[in-house]
Amino acid sequence: MNEKQGFKRFAIFLNMTWFALFVLAPGLMVVGISFLTRDISSFFTWPLTLDHYRELVDPVYAKVLKNSLVYSFNTTLLCLGIGYPFAWFLSRAARHRRPLLLMMVIIPFWTSSLIRTYALVILMKANGIINTVLAAAGLINEPLSLLYTDLAVYVGLVYSLLPFMILPLYAVLEKMDTRLMEAARDLGANSFQVFVHVVLPLSLPGVMAGCIMVFLPAMGLFYIPDLLGGAKTMLVGNFIKNQFLTAGNWPFGSAASVFLLLLMVVMLGIYFFVSTRFNRSQTS
Amino acid sequence: MPVVSLNNVSKSFGSQKVIDNLCLDILKGEFLTLLGPSGCGKTTVLRLIAGLETCDSGTILINGRDQTRLPACDRDVNTVFQSYALFPHMNVFDNIAFGLKLKKIPAQQIRERVRETLALVKLEGMDNRPISRLSGGQQQRVAIARAIVNQPLILLLDEPLSALDYKLRKQMRLDLRHLHQKLGITFVFVTHDQEEALTLSDRIVVMHNGCIQQTGTPKEIYETPVNLFVADFVGESNIFDARVTSTTGPDMEIRIQGVSKMVQNRRNFKNDQAVKVLLRPEDMTVERTNDQCPKGFLPGQVKEMIYKGTTVDLIIRLENGQDIFVTQFFNEDDQDIFYDVNERVCISWIKGWEVTLPHE
Repeated sequence: MNEKQGFKRFAIFLNMTWFALFVLAPGLMVVGISFLTRDISSFFTWPLTLDHYRELVDPVYAKVLKNSLVYSFNTTLLCLGIGYPFAWFLSRAARHRRPLLLMMVIIPFWTSSLIRTYALVILMKANGIINTVLAAAGLINEPLSLLYTDLAVYVGLVYSLLPFMILPLYAVLEKMDTRLMEAARDLGANSFQVFVHVVLPLSLPGVMAGCIMVFLPAMGLFYIPDLLGGAKTMLVGNFIKNQFLTAGNWPFGSAASVFLLLLMVVMLGIYFFVSTRFNRSQTS
Repeated sequence: MPVVSLNNVSKSFGSQKVIDNLCLDILKGEFLTLLGPSGCGKTTVLRLIAGLETCDSGTILINGRDQTRLPACDRDVNTVFQSYALFPHMNVFDNIAFGLKLKKIPAQQIRERVRETLALVKLEGMDNRPISRLSGGQQQRVAIARAIVNQPLILLLDEPLSALDYKLRKQMRLDLRHLHQKLGITFVFVTHDQEEALTLSDRIVVMHNGCIQQTGTPKEIYETPVNLFVADFVGESNIFDARVTSTTGPDMEIRIQGVSKMVQNRRNFKNDQAVKVLLRPEDMTVERTNDQCPKGFLPGQVKEMIYKGTTVDLIIRLENGQDIFVTQFFNEDDQDIFYDVNERVCISWIKGWEVTLPHE
């Protein structure tokens, strides 16, 4: 018993130290730096200032934020539109087939997403696989310009983030009580009405979880617009990266990071608030 | 004309045949119970009528029209599910109004009908309760209300009382009977509980292995079971092996464990035929003895006495080692129904109270 307790404490201590060193400390440093002044040689210096936060409200940067929100929003919608039917069929597939289908969703995770993004470049570039195949089939005369378009950015974002939508949706749909659907059919609902009145409302926690898990990372995936969009589109992630690596303005980059962090905290807060209320109304 | 007609209906799940060439007519307004052990196919019959399953062969007529292939949502049939299957994201009102809203009935009318139905199931004023805040019995009532508010031609009930405790179950049984009388809707009730079937039904269909064993009123099923399965499943039975020794008009003499006894010959049994004699525990008489039993009595020894308040149950071992079960009721004339363990007794029954079946 004592040994077990000892191991438990040790495990907790190890985790806490890890988080403190590599998550909490850098996080606090970012917050701290965001209140300091820019310096060319040592990146940041005294005195304390709120200037960087004031700068963020500047219309130029507000446009980056708005841009970013639009991309994230559309990506989330696309993922939901593709992921929901997929998760539905996955949850209704024969029990022995589901592990294989789930693996096909999860396996791409085991490759670096940067490498997968490069793979998309190879697929979509002017003399890439898609254009070569279409030209060989005689469907096109000159290569389609796929790469460095909005389309390419969306393809990249949706491709990278789709599993984050599918998995939470699958979790709720798989648990859905089929007897409720039968009851609805019995009461006169056709397939569409069963979906609208029973399946969709009961899967809302999964929809919300999936949307948050797509929407938030979508704002930070700076290398996708860089590689697939030709650095023409600017997301909050790109902006932060540029401030740190190109402009050398660490405090301003930090302020933008803090802003993004706050946005996420607010959204997660809303999610937990709504989902606990939802759960409370379903269980006594 | 029957309200539901199942003609030669068969249904298999994979390689397992669940319903085997079943024919059944359900009459308008009756309370029909499908009774049988779990896995006998009774719930499948219900789901076939509801349209939640489609049969492999045969036809299903509802109100005279062939609805074999009609989807569940287009049938004038509603179901009370075993697990209730209430919508957890809706309150009591929205659950009950679900079917009416789909039919695009005006809101005012929906409110009225839901209120009337809530009164009928004794849940007045519960409209806004979330489902999670209802007790099992209340959920049961909402499930019934959600079905009957649509005024279906047939109400299907799939073991609706099995999740309730004993007292509530007895109360709900009475309520269901009253509801049936008040609404005049045809009720098709599925249960494995013979007591439920006997107390509720106008007619009972006893099922086993996907086939109907016997159809009849509760009295017919209990008093004249047509085979050993029905006799054994509905109520308790003592079953004796016997042989016909002579037949005389409506009666016959049988030899049962070395004892000759006159019984009724209702099935035209022949001399020397092997038969099974069935007796309900409450139809047997017990008498004390010191030495020989009188003619027509089987000797035995009391093995156990179980006091049950209104009855005293005896387990008696006959001379051939068979244990039989006898129930005795308290009555004014004979207070002395308590026996000692190992006391020697003689048992018999009044001629005609037995059921004699051919040896299977």
